Amino acid sequence: MTLTYYLVLAAILFTIGAVGVLVRRNAIVVFMCVELMLNSVNLTLVTFARATGTIDGQIMAFFVMVVAAAEVVVGLAIIMSIYRTRRSASVDDANLLKY
Amino acid sequence: MDVLPAEGLLAASWLLIALPLAGAAVLLLGGRRTDRWGHLLGTATVVAAFVLALLCTFQLAGLDEPSVGVDLFTFISAGDLDVEMGLLYDPLSAVFVLLITGVGSLIHIYSIGYMAHDPARRRFFAYLNLFVAAMLLLVLGNSFVALYVGWEGVGLASYLLIAFWYTRPAAATAAKKAFIMNRVGDVGLALAIFLMFAQLGTTSFEGVFGTVGTLAGGTITAMGLLLLLGACGKSGQFPLQAWLPDAMEGPTPVSALIHAATMVTAGVYLIARSAPIYDLTETARTVVMAIGALTLLIGAIAGCAYDDIKKVLAYSTVSQIGYMFLAVGLGPAGYVAGLAHLLAHGFFKAGLFLGAGSVMHAMNDQVDMRRYGGLWKKLPVTFVTFGLGYLALIGFPFLAGYFTKDAIIEATFDRDDWLGWTFGGIAVLAAGLTAFYMTRLMLMTFFGRARWEDGVHPHESPAVMTVPMVVLAVGSVFSGALLVSIFPLSDWMEPVFGEPEEAAHVIAPATIGIALTAIMLLGVLAAWLFVGRREVPVTAPVRVSPITRAARHGLYADAVNESLFMRPGQWLTRALVWVDNRGVDGAVNGLAATLGGSSSRLGRAQTGFVRTYALGMLGGAVLVAGALLAVTAG
Repeated sequence: MTLTYYLVLAAILFTIGAVGVLVRRNAIVVFMCVELMLNSVNLTLVTFARATGTIDGQIMAFFVMVVAAAEVVVGLAIIMSIYRTRRSASVDDANLLKY
Repeated sequence: MDVLPAEGLLAASWLLIALPLAGAAVLLLGGRRTDRWGHLLGTATVVAAFVLALLCTFQLAGLDEPSVGVDLFTFISAGDLDVEMGLLYDPLSAVFVLLITGVGSLIHIYSIGYMAHDPARRRFFAYLNLFVAAMLLLVLGNSFVALYVGWEGVGLASYLLIAFWYTRPAAATAAKKAFIMNRVGDVGLALAIFLMFAQLGTTSFEGVFGTVGTLAGGTITAMGLLLLLGACGKSGQFPLQAWLPDAMEGPTPVSALIHAATMVTAGVYLIARSAPIYDLTETARTVVMAIGALTLLIGAIAGCAYDDIKKVLAYSTVSQIGYMFLAVGLGPAGYVAGLAHLLAHGFFKAGLFLGAGSVMHAMNDQVDMRRYGGLWKKLPVTFVTFGLGYLALIGFPFLAGYFTKDAIIEATFDRDDWLGWTFGGIAVLAAGLTAFYMTRLMLMTFFGRARWEDGVHPHESPAVMTVPMVVLAVGSVFSGALLVSIFPLSDWMEPVFGEPEEAAHVIAPATIGIALTAIMLLGVLAAWLFVGRREVPVTAPVRVSPITRAARHGLYADAVNESLFMRPGQWLTRALVWVDNRGVDGAVNGLAATLGGSSSRLGRAQTGFVRTYALGMLGGAVLVAGALLAVTAG
């Protein structure tokens, strides 16, 4: 069993996440796609940790999870307040900060 | 000649400058509080300076080496430049100090009466005192830098006094003109001083005159010519003569003191003082002579055509200073003759101006001689004193001008080369013209039918004005004989200019005397034929010969200055303004506009859409990753 499959899976997950961020308008979906990308990176980290026989990658994955958890808290709060003021969760509607 | 430290009263000669300076300070700072007694204080300081000058001169005459110095303070000490401020009291400065304080005192006294009804009389006396202080520093300073300080000081005082009635546009313009044309000359003097410092490392008279002989001939000539430029500016000599007639816009006592007797002769003083430099450069001396000869002719020609009494006297001053320049340009043979003429001129020209002021006083400030006439009965004292000054100026035998002008013309002919004959001939011709224009002035003012304007009732001036005129008239009569024969100036000046050498006369002095008298009488006769015999029209005739028209415009000196210097200057400034607006401002404004425009165009990229930013980040990350891969693989 080679590690290549894990890496390919991680790449596929990352691509799905990235495309989702770019094409979807719903803030919740965009947010979940971001989570998907983070977890694909976690998978890559763990895979390489296994490949090199060290635990650096695994530790790094835990860090990412902690940061992601914190990010979820802040991000969901922002999405909530945007929805309350505009009655919409579309990221294209929140476009006031521009030239 | 060694300079000894001053002792006794001479050590206090700095008081000569300090007294009038203190007077000016009190009057200017005291303001209205000094209005009531300001004129008395102003006069008292100058009279006190005159008394002190007399005592100092007597003490100086008793010394074996009549040349003393007074060290005052270090003026500038910076690196190699070390200027000690001090005074030099020698026979040359002594006669100037006596002339300035003596004539100055008389004119201060006269001004008490002349300016009696002017609300700004205190300011007038403050400026006059300032002038006297600056002029005394000019002639007493022991270095070219000290001289320069005084030189600029008199320029300032002259400017302030010409523009004394500054609400008159003509006076304000005349003052500006005088100031600017003086600056042209002052640049020459400043450059000469720079040259002295660069080449000799010193600016004191002692240092410069002691070492100037070591310089190359060309440098000395340049120094002489630059000093001459300065002298021309201050003394109203060609090509900078046009400011002096306009300076007559100032009050008449100013014209008498500054623009006739003292300040305008500073150029002659400068050249006489710089004798050790001019003795080494024949070229510069020849230029001095040529300028003197040319100017004395220009002044005499222009003087024949003007109807303004003060302008005629002003051109006469230009012409007489031309005689002095001619004399000092002759070198050792002429210094004393030039200075004797300067002193005699100080008497009779100041007297003539004060007389003109008295006439104007009587005629409600009218200056047009065509509106005078027949005044001799109404103004007897003015007529007699003015007449004596007139006779002295035209060289009537045995009056001042006869001796001093003769001496100059004799010395010119004594050169016995083509230059001497040319310049001597011009001087003789101009003597005839002098007689013509002064006789014309006399005839138009004092004789003939009264052509007064309505409502003019001439009356003789008060005693405070006539007494100075009488004193100056007495000086005009006797100063020439005194300076040339009885108490020769050449003996007094011997420590400065050396032993007077017995010149081999080309023409016998008696012959010159008779010839000059004959030419003078010819001029008087011509004036009688042209002016005295006929009725003087009240308005100047329009149909006149081109020569008269040119003379009425001062031989087009203003036109030449305007077309050669003023207009090109205006074009230059206009071109520079254009370059500044379009070029310099254009580049700076253009750069700012370009940056502003491009940044607002770049700002359009900030759409506010989160997904656009996300695409940008992705694209950037892909690019970075690609670049890293390419580098690692390559």
